Amino acid sequence: MSGLSLPRPLRLALNIVVTVALTFLGLLFVTFLIGRVVPIDPVLAIVGDRAPEHVVERVRIELGLDLPLYQQFAIYVWDVLRGDLGNSVLTANPVLEDIKRVFPATLELATVATFLGVFLGVPMGVLAAVHRGRWPDQVIRVVGLFGYSIPVFWLGLMGLLLFYATLDWVPGPGRLDFVYDGLIDPVTGVMLIDSAMAGEWEIFWNAASHLVLPASILGYFSLAYVSRMTRSFMLEQLSQEYITTARVKGVKEWRVIWIHALGNVWVPLVTVIALSYANLLEGSVLTEIVFAWPGLGFYLTQSLLNADMNAVLGATMVVGAVFIGINLLSDVLYKVLDPRAR
Amino acid sequence: MRKLFASVVAAAMVVTATPTLAETPRDVLVIANQIDDIITLDPAEIFEFSGAEFAGNTYDRLIGYDHRDVSNIYGVAAESWTISDDGKTYTFKMRPGVKFVSGNPMTAEDAAFSLRRAIVLDKSPAFILTQFGFTPENVNEKIRATDDVTLVIETDQAYAPTFLLYCLTATISSIVDKKTVMANEKDGDLGHEWLRTNYAGVGPFKLRQWKPNESLTIDRNDDYWGGAPAMKRVITRHIVEPSAQQLLLEKGDIDIARNLLPDQLESVRSNPELTVQEGPKGAIYYMGLSQKNEALANPKVRQALKYLVDYKGMESTIVRDLLKVHQAFLPKGFLGALEETPFTLDVSRAKQLLAEAGYPNGFKITMDTRNTSPIMEMAQSIQATFAQAGVDLEIIPGDGKQTLTKYRARNHDIYIGRWGPDYQDPHTNADTFARNPDNSDDAKSKPLAWRNSWNIPDLTKASDAAILERDPAKRAEMYLEIQKTHQATSPFVIMFQQTEVAGVRADTKGFIIGPAFDDNKYHEVTKN
Repeated sequence: MSGLSLPRPLRLALNIVVTVALTFLGLLFVTFLIGRVVPIDPVLAIVGDRAPEHVVERVRIELGLDLPLYQQFAIYVWDVLRGDLGNSVLTANPVLEDIKRVFPATLELATVATFLGVFLGVPMGVLAAVHRGRWPDQVIRVVGLFGYSIPVFWLGLMGLLLFYATLDWVPGPGRLDFVYDGLIDPVTGVMLIDSAMAGEWEIFWNAASHLVLPASILGYFSLAYVSRMTRSFMLEQLSQEYITTARVKGVKEWRVIWIHALGNVWVPLVTVIALSYANLLEGSVLTEIVFAWPGLGFYLTQSLLNADMNAVLGATMVVGAVFIGINLLSDVLYKVLDPRAR
Repeated sequence: MRKLFASVVAAAMVVTATPTLAETPRDVLVIANQIDDIITLDPAEIFEFSGAEFAGNTYDRLIGYDHRDVSNIYGVAAESWTISDDGKTYTFKMRPGVKFVSGNPMTAEDAAFSLRRAIVLDKSPAFILTQFGFTPENVNEKIRATDDVTLVIETDQAYAPTFLLYCLTATISSIVDKKTVMANEKDGDLGHEWLRTNYAGVGPFKLRQWKPNESLTIDRNDDYWGGAPAMKRVITRHIVEPSAQQLLLEKGDIDIARNLLPDQLESVRSNPELTVQEGPKGAIYYMGLSQKNEALANPKVRQALKYLVDYKGMESTIVRDLLKVHQAFLPKGFLGALEETPFTLDVSRAKQLLAEAGYPNGFKITMDTRNTSPIMEMAQSIQATFAQAGVDLEIIPGDGKQTLTKYRARNHDIYIGRWGPDYQDPHTNADTFARNPDNSDDAKSKPLAWRNSWNIPDLTKASDAAILERDPAKRAEMYLEIQKTHQATSPFVIMFQQTEVAGVRADTKGFIIGPAFDDNKYHEVTKN
C-alpha cells in the first residue's frame, strides 16, 4: 500500500465510510430479499381484498413488481442515493416523514429507559458483587430474574392496572393527554424537548408523566441486564491484586469499591449499555402496543406484515444507522475511558 | 452522583403527583379504536372500515338511508330525484344553498365531477360505480350536470332502482369540492395525492388532523346545512390493546371503546357508569371450501361439514355479543335476506353423510386461519367438532395479509374469514358468493366463488337476472331462491353475522352504530 500515501486520519475516515456504505448495502440487500420472499402480496396492502383484477395488475406494474429482482433492487438503491426512500403504502406519507414522526417517540422512550436502567442497574450490580452470596445479592438476583422472565406485555398491562387504574399515579396509554394533542409543533419530535423549547411546561410535565410507566417497564429490562453484567465485571475486578493492594494500603472500603474497582468496570460496561440502548432503539413492539406509543417498532412490524417494503427498508436503515452510530460512539467512549486504547 | 439520583427521584415524584384528567370535556368525544387500517382519506379510494367511518362523518353524498330501516332512502345533497320510464336515466335536483367547508357553493357539477373522478381514478372501490356501464371514456356523457342544480346519470341497462341508489350511498359516491381538489392537482391525478391526506367536502364534521397509527381528529362544521353537531371535536385514538381500551373507558379518559372482547363487555355491563351499545353489521363469518380439493368437492362432504360446526355453542361463549348465528350469504337487514338457520351441530348425521361420501373414517384437511380474535378461537372450536366425525383439521395460522394472499391464489383447502358488503344492495354479496362467470385461472373477475373454484353457471345467471328485476317484492323472492340453493349446496359454510359492540360511558348518548361502516355516526352525540 506504499503507493497510496494518504495521511492517517483521512485513511481512517475513508475506511469508516467504505465500511459503513458496504454494511448499509448488505443490510438493504438482505432486507429487500426478505421482503420479496415473504408470502405476502404487497399489492394487497394498497388495493385491499375487493379490488378487481385489472386494478391489482395495474398496481403491480406501478410498483415495479413485474421487473426482475435485480432491477427492482437497483432502482430502489438509486432512489435512496438521491435521498428518496419512497412512499409508505400504509400511511400515504413519504417514508422519511413517517420515520421523523415515529423514531423520536422511540428515542425518547429508549433514552429515558436506559437512564433508569443504568442509574439503578449499575449500583445494584455493584452491591450484589460486594455482598456476593448474601441477602442483597439474592434479592437483586431475584429482581433481575423477574426482569428477564416476565413478558413485557403482561407487565405493561399490570402496570397500567395498578398505577393508572387503581392508584391514579400515572396517566393512561398515549404520549400526551388528548387535550394537549397537536398543540406543540414537532421540532425534534421528542416531546420533552419540544415542549421545553416552547416553554410549555404544563405539556412538558404531562409528557413526562406519560413516559414514567412505559420507560420504567422498559428500563426494568435494561436494569436486569445491566445489573447482572455489572455484578460479574465487578467480581472479576474485586479479585484482582490491585484491589488487595489498595485495601492493604488502608484505602477506605467505599473508595476501593466505587472508585478503584468500578472505575475499571466502566470500560466493558459501556459496550453492554450501548448494546442494550441500541436494542431499545429498535423499538419495543409490545410496549408500544400496550401503551399506544407510536414508535418505530410498531411501524416496522406493521409495515412488514403488510409487505410495505419501502417503509420496512427505510426503518431498517434507521435501525442499521443506530447500531453503527452507537458502535462508533462506544468506540470513542472506550478511548476516553481507557487510556490504553488511545 | 448521589445528588443526581436524588433529583431524579424528586422529579419522578413531581411527575407522578401531576393530576391526571379524569374526564373528557363535554364538547369533545374521545374514542379508542384500532385505526391502523386507514391508508387513505380520498373517498375515491377509501375501502377500509375506519376510513369509511371517517368519510361517513365528513362527506355528504347525494342520498342516504335510515340506519334503522335501510329501505327508507332519502335525499342528502340531493333534494329529490326522478327515474325515467325506461329505467335508465336518473335525474337529481341538488339541495340549494349548500356550501363546502372551503366556502365554495356545492353544485350539480361538483356531484358529477366526484362520480366521474372516482371512475377515472379507477381505485379499488371503483367497480361499485363502473358496474353500471360507466367507463373513463363515456363517463363525461353518462354523468353530467345540465345546470347548477340538475345532475343526470344514465346507466347502460334498466337496473333495479335501489341497486344504483344504494351504490350512490357508498363512500366512493362522496361529493368532493371540485375547485379545491383541482387546485391541488398534480400531473393529471385529479388531486388524488393531495386528497389522500387532506379534506375537501361538506359534512357534519371536517378533518383536522390524521396521524397514521396514532390518531384521527375531526372538528365540527359550524355551518353545516343540516345543523351543527353538539360535539366540537371528535378524537379517535389508535389503541390496539382491548384491555388498555377498557382501562381508559373505566377511568373516563375516553368516552367510547370500540374493540372490547366478550369478557370485557361483561365487566362493562356490570359497571353503572358504563353501557354497552350494539348494532347489527353486514359482515358475515364463513368458511370457504376449495373445490380443488377432492374430498371437499364432494357435495355430501360439504353438507357433512355444515353439520360439524357448533354454531350455538360458539354464539353463547367465544363470540358472545360479537356474532349471531346466520347461515345465508345475505345479512339480516338486506332485501331478500334468508333468515333460516337449518344447520346445527349434528355429529351422527355428519358421520352418516361422510360414510355415504366414501369417507367413513373422515380425512385430513388444512385451514388457513388468521391469528386474530375471534377467528382463531372459532377455528379451534371447529377443529374440535370436526374431530368428532374423524375429520382431522390442521389449523395453519398466519397474519391477515398472508392467509389472504394464499386464499386469493386458490392455494388453500379451507379458508376461514369474514366478508362485509360494499353497499346496501343485495347484489353486493350475490356478486361474490353466488356468481362466477369464469372459473379459469386468469379470469377477469375473481369473486369468492372463484377463489373456492366453484363453477356455477346457473346461479350466475340467476344473480344476473336479479339486478334487472325492478319490482322489489319479486326481486326479494329471487334472492331468497338463490340463497336457498346456495345454503344447501355451496362450498361456503356460513356461520355468523357480526354485531358491532362498543363500550360507552353512561353520560355519552347518541352514538350511532349503523349497518355499514360509514354509518357509524357521531353527529347526534351529546354528553351530560
